[in-house]
Amino acid sequence: MDDQPILSVRGLHKSYGELEVLKGIEFEVKPGEKIALIGPSGSGKSTCLRCINFLETPTLGEIRLDGDLVGIKKHRGASRNMSNKDLAPQRAQMGMVFQGFNLWPHLTVRENVAIAARKVQGLSREEAHALAEDALAKVHMSNKADAWPEQLSGGQQQRVGIARALAQRPKLMLFDEPTSALDPELVNEVLNVIQELAAEGRTMLLVTHEISFARNVADRVMFLHSGIIEEQGPARDLIDNPQRDFTKNFLRQVSQ
Amino acid sequence: MAFLFETVLPSLLTGALVTITVTIASLALALALGFGLALLRQFLGFRVLSILIDIYTEYFRNIPALTHLFIIYFGLAAVGLRLSSLTAAIIGLGLVGAAITCEIFRSGFIAVKIGQTEAARAVGMTPMQTIWLILAPQAIRISLPPLGNYALQLMKDTSIVSAIAAPEIMFNARSMVTSSFQTTLIYTTAAMIYLLISLPMVHAISRLEARFGRRN
Repeated sequence: MDDQPILSVRGLHKSYGELEVLKGIEFEVKPGEKIALIGPSGSGKSTCLRCINFLETPTLGEIRLDGDLVGIKKHRGASRNMSNKDLAPQRAQMGMVFQGFNLWPHLTVRENVAIAARKVQGLSREEAHALAEDALAKVHMSNKADAWPEQLSGGQQQRVGIARALAQRPKLMLFDEPTSALDPELVNEVLNVIQELAAEGRTMLLVTHEISFARNVADRVMFLHSGIIEEQGPARDLIDNPQRDFTKNFLRQVSQ
Repeated sequence: MAFLFETVLPSLLTGALVTITVTIASLALALALGFGLALLRQFLGFRVLSILIDIYTEYFRNIPALTHLFIIYFGLAAVGLRLSSLTAAIIGLGLVGAAITCEIFRSGFIAVKIGQTEAARAVGMTPMQTIWLILAPQAIRISLPPLGNYALQLMKDTSIVSAIAAPEIMFNARSMVTSSFQTTLIYTTAAMIYLLISLPMVHAISRLEARFGRRN
């Protein structure tokens, strides 16, 4: 049973009008697997990630989380997209970390992390706060629980963003370029936290420009290029010995 | 001096009570109705309703408040619905105010960044939870400064309800002037009383902004 994928993506297409951003993406994520999506800007990495929890609605294709079809309702043979209301319980099972943090500025750090536990998972105030404490401890932010987001550095905000996703007790964590909006000296504190979570055996899908981090942390790397998976494989193999010319060029450029 | 303390002040202070009553009641109506309309306009995505709300806001914002007051007070009376001048004043200023606050709240909602909604969706909040827990608190905070300006403007604009004989400060002032001709004394006293109302308001508004307006 352990080989049953947590996430499976089949024939994922996404178009904005004439512009086809994703042209048939297929992959699976097994429990505990860590997958990095890399590729040049505009290759569709972020769009792909955002299609998984339906922040973007796929044009075509199937996303399954733990075997359940995400975002699509089948009714008497016809299928249609779910409303945001129907999507909510499915999204709750996937934690997401955003490039721009997107903490809620009117809530304290603790409330940012605890609110979904209270309102979405229906835990009591005490349970939710205990869960938030645990999540904040994991990202080394326990001492800032009563701070407001605006009082934190970018790296600290992003760690709270990670704690917020952890508090969902998600089956899968989605990281959308979590360090791209950070000042260079703050990147490592966030990468370290992600690495610690990876070491705990969490299932994660990570869009990143940090190639060496992907090489160290991910089990598998998928290289996206103009809406298709150009190349994929075990992280070290792919990054050290890319087979396709485009991948070689890209990796050479970013490693300079 | 005796005239000031025995006649002018009692009359103007009684008027001040009416001014304050009209301000508070029409402000409450404007905020409640305006916020409700802003929510419907912003989140329901129901075309006909959106158009109706737009018609409402354009109608009430682009016609002088005095015209609305006359329609509500005299116009409704002519078709058999007689409202007291006070009720007409509150309803009239409240309806105009709702058009104004609706636009203020809408701008507030629009100013909340899309990432806030996305984060709420991502943790599994329903659209209703997203609105109440995440968007509304921020939109209201963003709206506080313009709402404060509006409330102050409203308090001053209550003077126009003297035109439908609501016995507020200016109505009482004018009726004393017509019998005593003490123009300067009476109107200057009226001005001072307005200041006594508006300065604490300004203070309260800036405290409210300092308390809630910052975290955005």
